Amino acid sequence: MVSDVSFSINKGDFVGIIGPNGSGKTTLFRGVAGELDPLHGNMVLQNSDMQNMNLKQRAQHIAIVTQNIEIGSMTVEEYVLMGRIPYHKQFQFFETKDDFAIAEKYMKLTGVDKLKGKYMNALSGGEQQLAGIARALTQEPQLLLLDEPTSHLDITHQVQILNLIRRLSRELGLSVLMIIHDLNLAGEYCDSLIMMQNGRIRKKGAPTEVLNYKDIEAVYETVVVTRTNPISNKPVVFLVSEEVIEKK
Amino acid sequence: MQKMNIKYIKWGVFIVLLLVLLLAAVVISLSSGEIKVVLWQLPRILAEKNSIEFTVLTKIRIPRIMLAVGVGGALSLSGALLQGIYRNPLVEPYTLGISGGAALGVAIAIVLGIGTASYLSLPAFGFLGALVTLFLVYFLSIKRGGLSINSMLLIGVMVSFVSSSAMMFLMSVSTAENLHNIVFWVMGSLDESNAALIKIAFYASLSGLLISYLFAQTLNALRLGEVKARHLGINTGVAIKLLFFVASLLTGIAVSVAGVIGFVGLVIPHLVRLIIGNDYRVLLAGSFLGGAIFLILSDTLARTIISPNELPIGVITGFVGGLVFIVVLSRSKSHFKLN
Repeated sequence: MVSDVSFSINKGDFVGIIGPNGSGKTTLFRGVAGELDPLHGNMVLQNSDMQNMNLKQRAQHIAIVTQNIEIGSMTVEEYVLMGRIPYHKQFQFFETKDDFAIAEKYMKLTGVDKLKGKYMNALSGGEQQLAGIARALTQEPQLLLLDEPTSHLDITHQVQILNLIRRLSRELGLSVLMIIHDLNLAGEYCDSLIMMQNGRIRKKGAPTEVLNYKDIEAVYETVVVTRTNPISNKPVVFLVSEEVIEKK
Repeated sequence: MQKMNIKYIKWGVFIVLLLVLLLAAVVISLSSGEIKVVLWQLPRILAEKNSIEFTVLTKIRIPRIMLAVGVGGALSLSGALLQGIYRNPLVEPYTLGISGGAALGVAIAIVLGIGTASYLSLPAFGFLGALVTLFLVYFLSIKRGGLSINSMLLIGVMVSFVSSSAMMFLMSVSTAENLHNIVFWVMGSLDESNAALIKIAFYASLSGLLISYLFAQTLNALRLGEVKARHLGINTGVAIKLLFFVASLLTGIAVSVAGVIGFVGLVIPHLVRLIIGNDYRVLLAGSFLGGAIFLILSDTLARTIISPNELPIGVITGFVGGLVFIVVLSRSKSHFKLN
C-alpha cells in the first residue's frame, strides 16, 4: 500500500524511484503501469485521466520493461513486433508494413537489429534487456516504465543500457520512470529521484537534493558517506562497513 | 521485412502441405477396409450410386472421416488452446477433468439403464457431464479468488480425480454387460451411426477453429505471460475465459460423440510446434489439420488391422502418437520450448 503519493513527470524527464525493499517502489510502479487501481486520487497523462483509458489506449501511451524477460523460442524480431499489438485493429491477423518499419527503426536504435534472427533465449541478459527496450519503444509510448533494468547485468551492460535510456529520453522526448536499486547509477543518470519509505514519498527532487547521507541513512538504516563525482558533478554514495565503523 | 514475408510464405506452404496430406489421408481411408476400393475407381463408384461400394463409402466411410476430422481437429485444437492459456506443455484437453466428467455422465446413463433409450442418450449424458465439470472447475476457481490460471489447473486435475473415482465406483457395482459398455465407451471409437451428431461434431469443431483465430494474436501475446500480455493492451481476463470455454466445449463435444481418445490433444500440437514454431497464427490451423489427419489414419488402422474386428481407436492413438512423438523429440536438435 502506498499513500500520499504525488509527483509529476515532464516530457523527456528521466525519473528514478529509489528506496529499500518493501518501501512501496513496486506498488507505486504497478499503479502507474495500470496493474493496480488507486483507491483514492487519480493519475493523469497529458490531461486525460488514465483510469478512463482502456488497456489498449494505455499500452499506446505507456510501455513497460520488466526485470526478467522470459521468452523461449521467439526471435528478437518477432518479440519486438509484439510492441505493435496495441495498434492492431480488432482481430488483425498480420503486421502491416508500417509495423515492420517501426520495429526495424527501434531495433536499429537499440542495436539489436544485428540479432533480429536470433532466438530470445539464446541472448545474454544484457541483449535481452535491449530487445525488451526495443519492444517497448515499438509501442511508441510517451512514458517508458522500467523495473530495475540493470539489476542482473555487469557494469558494461549497466552503463550501455542506462546511456541508451538517457539518450532516448533526450532525443525522443520520452519520459522515463525507472525503479533502480543502485544509488550511484540513479544519481549519475536520472534527472530527478523519488525516494520511498514505508509506502510514502520521503523526498523527491534532483539527485543532489535527494542523495544526502541523512536521508539515505534514515531510509536504508545504513551508514554512508556522500561525495560529488569530480567529473560529472553528480552525487556518489559510499558504503561504510560495520567493522570500519566499530574501529572509528 | 523480407524475412517476415518469407515466414508468411513458409506458413502458407505448411498449411497447403497439411491440406494435401489431409486429402491423401481421406483417400487412404476411403479405399481401405473389408471392401477394397482402388483410388481410380472412386469417381466411378461415387457417380454410379447403386453399388455396395457406394453404400459403404457414403454410409460408413465418409461419415467416419467427417467425424475423425471433427473430433481430431477439436481435440488437437483444444490442446493447443489450453497449452497456450496455461503456458504449460503438459496440459491437454483431458487434464482439466472434462473427459472424466463426460465419462462419468455416460457411466451414470449406462448404470441407470437410460443409455439405450435413444441414440442421443449417451452423447447427451457425456456432454452434460463435460458441462458440469467445466462449470465446476470454473466456479471453484473463481471462488478461490479470481480466475487464476494455476488454480484452474489444480482444480481441474482434482475434479478429474474425483470423477474417475466416482466412475470406478460405478463400474465396481455395475453388471457385467454395463461394465463392458462403459469400458468400450471409455476406450473411444468413431463408430457413430447418427448423422446429426457427426454433423454437429464436424461443424462445431470448424466453428471452434474460426473463433480461436479471432484470438490468435492474443494467444501470441500470452506467450509473454498474462501480466505482460496486459501491458500490450490485451484484456487477458476476458480472452482466457472465452478460450477456456471454447476449448472445453470442443473437448466436451468430441468426448461425448467419440468417447475418450487420448494423446491427440497433447501430441499433435507439440509436433506442429516442433515443425513450424509457436506462432498461434499458424499453430491453430496446423494443430486442427494435424489432429484431423492423425485421427483419420488412426481410425483407418483401427478398423483394418484386425479386420473384421475393430480395435478401440484410443489404442492406436496412444501407441502411434506416443512412439512418433518420442522419436521426433529425441531426433529434434532444437530443444523444445512451449512459449
